[in-house]
Amino acid sequence: MNIQNHMKLSFLSRSVNEAFARAAVSSFLLPLDPTVTELSDVRTAVSEAVTNCIVHAYPDTTGVVYIDAKITDTNKVIIRIRDSGVGIENIKQAMEPLFTTSSDERAGLGFAVMQSFMDRVRVRSQKGKGTVVTLEKFIDKLPDDKK
Amino acid sequence: MVDMSYKNDILTAGLYGEIDHHIAPKIRSEIDAKCENLRPKVLRLDFKAVSFMDSSGVGLVMGRQRCISLLGGRLEVVNIPKQINKVFSLSGLDKLGVLK
Repeated sequence: MNIQNHMKLSFLSRSVNEAFARAAVSSFLLPLDPTVTELSDVRTAVSEAVTNCIVHAYPDTTGVVYIDAKITDTNKVIIRIRDSGVGIENIKQAMEPLFTTSSDERAGLGFAVMQSFMDRVRVRSQKGKGTVVTLEKFIDKLPDDKK
Repeated sequence: MVDMSYKNDILTAGLYGEIDHHIAPKIRSEIDAKCENLRPKVLRLDFKAVSFMDSSGVGLVMGRQRCISLLGGRLEVVNIPKQINKVFSLSGLDKLGVLK
């Protein structure tokens, strides 16, 4: 598996950047000629991961969110979303659908959306150090008339 | 964001553009203010012109369901685009009968 393309992005954990982050990642994927559904799936998953950083990783402060996206020669996209925030105490619980620690109107579906819309989701977290969410998805290599 | 119209006890909130965690609170406060003022029998959320929604939209719908129930009305969610329905289908909202 060789890396065909690679981009890095960092921005402040301000909610106004959620739209910017998902737009930037989806623009990066455009050369793969994804379907509307594939692109929308990735945008939604990225939006969830970035929102988690903004809401949970840096609850009372503004920190930095890092995105690292790669495209492989097998048409796989690997997107790493990282923060240096508070970390997740119990990853298994955090990934349960409808679980949320937020008192605001959060549905608790962030990880459920990521898992449903991507082929693979990995989460590594250390309390007080931060969290890394890695999202992977194969973009179908279909001829244009079959898309 | 949201355009609102009121007719025959139905408050229609025509949502448009992208719904995420940044935008959802602004939509929420506009709809809730109108609901409290007009006390409609039906609050209809129209998703026809929504181009993107993440799970923040699910929270928005669940919250409006609670809000309108407390005011004695009911919620309807209409014209849900296919991709957005994928997000709703993870929420269990489809079992509440509010999604049309």
